[in-house]
Amino acid sequence: MGSPQGTRAAMPNESSPKIVIVDESPIRAAILEEGLREAGYIDVQHIHQMHNLLARIYALDPDVILIDLENPSRDVLEQMFQVSRAVRRPVAMFVDQSDSESARASVDAGVSSYIVDGLKKERIKPILDLCISRFNAFSKLQDELERTKSALEDRKIIDRAKGLVMKLKGLTEEEAYVLMRSTAMREKKKIGDIAQSIITAAELLK
Amino acid sequence: MTGQSLHIGFIPLIDAASLIVAVDKGFAKDEGLDVTLVREVSWSNVRDKLNIGLFDAAHLLAPVAIASSLGLGHVKVPIMVPFTLNLNGNAITVSPALHAQMSEHLQGDITDPLATAQALARLVAARRRRGEPALIFGMTFPYSTHNYQLRFWMAAGGVDPDEDVQLVVLPPPFMVGSLTSGLVDGFCVGAPWNAVAVDRGIGRILHFGPDILQSAVEKVLAVRGHWAEERPDTVAALIRAHQKAAEFIEEPGNRDEVSALLARPDRVDADAGIIRTVLEGRLVQAKGASPRASSNFISFAGNGAARPEPTQAAWLYAQMVRWGQAPFSAEALRTAEAVFRPDIYDAALGLTAAPAVTGDAIGAFAGPPFDPGNIAAHLASFEIAHLKG
Repeated sequence: MGSPQGTRAAMPNESSPKIVIVDESPIRAAILEEGLREAGYIDVQHIHQMHNLLARIYALDPDVILIDLENPSRDVLEQMFQVSRAVRRPVAMFVDQSDSESARASVDAGVSSYIVDGLKKERIKPILDLCISRFNAFSKLQDELERTKSALEDRKIIDRAKGLVMKLKGLTEEEAYVLMRSTAMREKKKIGDIAQSIITAAELLK
Repeated sequence: MTGQSLHIGFIPLIDAASLIVAVDKGFAKDEGLDVTLVREVSWSNVRDKLNIGLFDAAHLLAPVAIASSLGLGHVKVPIMVPFTLNLNGNAITVSPALHAQMSEHLQGDITDPLATAQALARLVAARRRRGEPALIFGMTFPYSTHNYQLRFWMAAGGVDPDEDVQLVVLPPPFMVGSLTSGLVDGFCVGAPWNAVAVDRGIGRILHFGPDILQSAVEKVLAVRGHWAEERPDTVAALIRAHQKAAEFIEEPGNRDEVSALLARPDRVDADAGIIRTVLEGRLVQAKGASPRASSNFISFAGNGAARPEPTQAAWLYAQMVRWGQAPFSAEALRTAEAVFRPDIYDAALGLTAAPAVTGDAIGAFAGPPFDPGNIAAHLASFEIAHLKG
């Protein structure tokens, strides 16, 4: 570890390690890439094709590899730890043994990082921290999207149920809605659930 | 002790059967365990989530339990194996093209692994003379029985797995697609993927796992050593629940039910008919052929399959040494053997300690019988090896 590797020391990108993002989600990769560039990491590449993954990585010859945990190809990267003819530079997973909190934060966020042997810990930590926060931001975004989608879905169901109540009970739109809302409050249910029950019941009694 | 909540990670493979049946048939609940099974996509994820405590227990490749305990390739986290999920279950499958090329070079019986390995050696030499690229074989993980079984087989015929061919890691669900697209020429993987390749007509099963090694530990129920030490009752309950599940799976009358349980999308998500052929050990080796029956294709409870045997751990450690993943040391061997805990298994089931396994427990098709007491001499008897240092 102590002796510097001649070819590495001479590399011009000492200040900006070459980072490869392996992620099948183009949006998340873009969010991460943007964050890294903003932080001054200019050499960032993205691999989204898992076919022949090792060959793609060797061709790019990165210092740091970031991969999402939903990706089954993570196991492919484990091969880079092995000493074999096919592996050009030994790689290690970045796990700070003294800091299990950071390992947990990384897994919770859904990202894992691999570094070439010899790269200093201090240089990787900020990359990983940034990665964790961007991954978390992405999941939050996704959750919001899901919520919006289900809210839209609820809205459609409520409208349909409202129509049924108006027809069956001869109520105005306003009255039908008030009836559904008060029923939901009385039964401690969501109005979307009440609406769904009305639709189901109507279909049963058709 | 009621409703203790546990999270157990698994990979969708048939050898997760005991974990799935223990939950879905209520054996875990009967033992006071409230188990949530978490489906994972990679062995790395399973290992890491077990290591950092997101999982209480896990479906794990037996060699990964040993590698983690020795700190090979990753952080050192002592793992305990109180229960073996299965013996065997793998197979070596090749593309129809490779099968045809090997047949041309075959001198002997295609069912004899020594004959096929020698045919592969002759084919490799011929391809090299013709300037053709090295053959590529897929396996599931550097620390996997699949890796060691492929290596053991081809090396017996004179093929150096690190020099003469290329071995690549592929996630099991990608094996069949990679064989179809020509990314690999063959692979060693667990069930159901060999059967799936045959069913689609894009692969031929060359050998069942037991053709290479009669009795090889495959997946284990892994827990963190420290976690287990603090919860002996929970570990004992896990052993009892999974022993019941393993026995349930092996009862021929339960095969339809077990196949249907495993087939579900949130479990193994594979065809129930194919799963059944695996449980029966009656696999078709080539599309349209009649099935070949094997009494030990995969074992969950029979032949003492569930009891963790330290000699199996020693054999796996010996493979790590043979292929340069670990240097040999007597201390590391003791650590590896101590990962497997037959004493805890016996105590949980109220068994009197079985006599220690003597003689060769592995039953490899080539080389001398395995002697855990003298690994250096055992390894010296193999011509092809890449010892470290």
